[in-house]
Amino acid sequence: MNNLIKGEKHDWEMVIGLEIHAQVKSNSKLFSSSSTKFGSSPNSQVSLVDAAMPGMLPVINKYCVEQAVKTGVGLNAKINNYSVFDRKNYFYADLPQGYQISQYKYPIVGEGKVTIDFKDGTSKDIRIVRLHLEQDAGKSLHDQNPSKTYVDLNRSGVALMEIVSEPDIRTPDEAGMYISKIRSILMYLDTCDGNMQEGSLRADVNISVRKPGDEYGTRCEIKNLNSIKFIKQAINYEAKRQIEILESGGSIEQNTMLFNTSTGKTRPMRNKEEAHDYRYFPDPDLLPLKISKEEIGKIKSSIPELPDELKNKFIETYKLSNYDASVLTAEKQTSDYFNETINSDSELKNHAKIVVNWITSELFSLLNKNNQDLINSPVSPENLGQLIKLISTNEISGKIAKDVLEEMFSSGKTARKIVDEKGLQQVTDQGEIAKVIDEVIAENPKMVEQYLAGKDKLLGFFVGQAMKLTKGKANPKMLNDILKQKLNKKN
Amino acid sequence: MSKSSLKQTLKDLDTKKISIRELNQDYLKRIKENENLNVFIHFSEENVLKQIDNLENDNSAKKLKGIPIAIKDLFCTKSMPTTAASKILENFNPTYESFVTQKLLDEGSIFVGKTNLDEFAMGSATNTSFFGNTINPLSKENEPLAPGGSSGGSAAAVAADLCLGATGTDTGGSIRQPASFCGVVGIKPTYGLCSRWGIAAFASSLDQAGIFSHNVEDASILLQSIAGFDQRDSTSAKVDIPNYFENLDDDLNGKTVGIPKEYSIDGTPMEISQIWEDAIKVLEKKGVRIKNISLPHTKYALPTYYIIAPAEASSNLARYDGVKYGFRSDEIDSLDEMYENTRAQGFGKEVKRRILIGTYVLSAGYYDAYYLKAQKVRKLIADDFNKAFKECDFIVTPTAPSAAFPLNEKQNDPIKMYLNDVFTVPASLAGLPGISIPFGKDKNNLPLGIQILGKHFDEQQVFNTAVSLERSYE
Repeated sequence: MNNLIKGEKHDWEMVIGLEIHAQVKSNSKLFSSSSTKFGSSPNSQVSLVDAAMPGMLPVINKYCVEQAVKTGVGLNAKINNYSVFDRKNYFYADLPQGYQISQYKYPIVGEGKVTIDFKDGTSKDIRIVRLHLEQDAGKSLHDQNPSKTYVDLNRSGVALMEIVSEPDIRTPDEAGMYISKIRSILMYLDTCDGNMQEGSLRADVNISVRKPGDEYGTRCEIKNLNSIKFIKQAINYEAKRQIEILESGGSIEQNTMLFNTSTGKTRPMRNKEEAHDYRYFPDPDLLPLKISKEEIGKIKSSIPELPDELKNKFIETYKLSNYDASVLTAEKQTSDYFNETINSDSELKNHAKIVVNWITSELFSLLNKNNQDLINSPVSPENLGQLIKLISTNEISGKIAKDVLEEMFSSGKTARKIVDEKGLQQVTDQGEIAKVIDEVIAENPKMVEQYLAGKDKLLGFFVGQAMKLTKGKANPKMLNDILKQKLNKKN
Repeated sequence: MSKSSLKQTLKDLDTKKISIRELNQDYLKRIKENENLNVFIHFSEENVLKQIDNLENDNSAKKLKGIPIAIKDLFCTKSMPTTAASKILENFNPTYESFVTQKLLDEGSIFVGKTNLDEFAMGSATNTSFFGNTINPLSKENEPLAPGGSSGGSAAAVAADLCLGATGTDTGGSIRQPASFCGVVGIKPTYGLCSRWGIAAFASSLDQAGIFSHNVEDASILLQSIAGFDQRDSTSAKVDIPNYFENLDDDLNGKTVGIPKEYSIDGTPMEISQIWEDAIKVLEKKGVRIKNISLPHTKYALPTYYIIAPAEASSNLARYDGVKYGFRSDEIDSLDEMYENTRAQGFGKEVKRRILIGTYVLSAGYYDAYYLKAQKVRKLIADDFNKAFKECDFIVTPTAPSAAFPLNEKQNDPIKMYLNDVFTVPASLAGLPGISIPFGKDKNNLPLGIQILGKHFDEQQVFNTAVSLERSYE
């Protein structure tokens, strides 16, 4: 695969690393018992600790620690028995303590890796450097008052996992696939709700460009991107910007950038000289975090099947392609739906590929069109299974099945019921089909003549006419066979 | 000054020899007579009377029912403002009660007021307070003396008999040194014995609450009341708290005292060396074995302390930014200006000095040379003690290198001021319990203190030794 981008003078390669901030799925915050519910009225979920009142102390939320360990296991990473919370000191209005409690030298999770799968069947490992736990800050509201800034501390102290990748990513697409894969794993594990719109999953992108084979170039960091679309846009823009500078003889300044979602452009937020000195040091209010092998073992054993295991299982059990299996396992709801569908009838196991197609193309496009989510699909896995069974047993044609699915989607009726009510069963009676064909041949003598004279294409015309007469219900294969037979007899 | 003891007062209350109201009115009277000492940042007679009313209507038995206690104004209290002696918290009214003060309230004690201290507990003379100096009650007419610090207000409150006990906090000597200066008993327990929850933080890894009292028995009663595990403080210790008072035993026969040679420092006044020798002699007479020990890293304790404490303070005090509560400058044109002006105007000179030192030692490029090295030395100092305690049951030293000094002395020489902590800081760095008891006087008839250090969570031995020395001195 060619991952290079063409510049004016020569080709360039992007070098990309991601820092993903994933909000830990937990009812309470990392160091306080305040609720983490999204969308509550401002400052309604703020404890004395979250507001950094004098004399208030953090106490670690054990559940968040377990969630981080679980995630580490899901990322095939090393779990550290000993980790330390540090203070990252800086002033900002929505940072009540004047420091963020994070992990610096000793993160809870060390090196790991995740695999991304390409359409062409190949795959690639992206290495993870570390995962650490940290507090989220509050939110500054600049749009409430023309001359004032308000602060909402509901998010202050919410637990985040920062997942740092090695700079193994080479294209915007890979970056998108990587974050999708991380999101998928977190959602399978139930350690993050994966909701990018609500900010539960955001990323900082580090990007540099280089001539293939060269050392890494100077990188810039684009802060706080909360959709895959924006991540790709930002990478594309930033890479182009850097290439233009380099090709015109300039050099890249190591900057922190912001991405403007309406213009699609990045702009510098601060340069290296303006970078904060965070004065990290171990938080004296917290003891080092120690996790025993037994605790890790217990957490490991509670982990559900993850996308990659499931993918391999699907490939093996149902002989699916790597790509089909990875699409199916990308989201837990999809693999759950597939599992329920294929298990709804023992026959369907022999038609796995058809099941995949009906879910990932027909059902998905209906859901998309209606702006609905698979989890709330009006067509249940059992009902879809029934529909596919009707196809596989030749009761209805694939073409009719599409109409049936649409009706199932809008009415909620079962496939069986719709087919029965409308009499949509495929006509498989040889005599009946033959009768219709005779009619079509009798009515179109000229066409028959032309066909017999060698105009093979006309076969489609006869099929169409016959289908029309059967209202599309004739078994297409039988129709074809009998038609050919009859026409050839004329010869 | 005749001072009744907490122990005796509890008896008198119990036998109805005196009522809670009579007792406290006596104290209120003395508090009002001694306003010139500037002991209290907050005092409200009305508030005290209300507490008396409440207790009179309360029939339940409580251990400290009606006992007047003074609270260092670093403990957050619901019924009184909490300032940390800083302009930046001038009008701060907590909605919560610190762990330690809640325990005292639960026992039925009466809070007579919030005592003065060095701003955010940073100082050794109670002269960095936004609310002015506290005067040592032992001062002569025309020569006001410093009460020591940072808990100088609490020490003075006990010395002037404005309460039967007071809370303090000790980070590098802030209970023991003022106790020595004011001629009262002051105990800093083991780090982790009393929860820090609700105490405005100075240096989290060193801060520890403790008690001032008229005598050792009273201290043993009060310390038991404020000690205990608190799940809201991750550094709080899960240990059983013995009944220190019931267990008091002044028989030290067969025990071993450690005498660290490094605490004989050039320039220490004769009288101090003398009381130290006297104490050792008393112990010897009581059948205590004298063991000369070495704590070789002692000389590094002060510089180590003055790196670690400011480092933690620089971060702990970042929350006072004018955004959420407390003082905010009104000269603001931007967010940065709000921080700069609020903190420039809200903090005093000593606090700013320590924030600057702390920020410096944590900065990129200096962290390893200062903070990290200081942490390593801290470990060595703690190891010194661990080793020493294999050979002795407790350690006896002077508490401070001098008696109370005149109020304005050393004001402009921070280094000289920091030297006050030379005997108290090592135990703070090691997290060990230490008590200071009055033991002798200097040539000006000012009290001098002896410090007794014990093993981690061995407050009982510290009390036993202290009560034994106290009884022999009386």
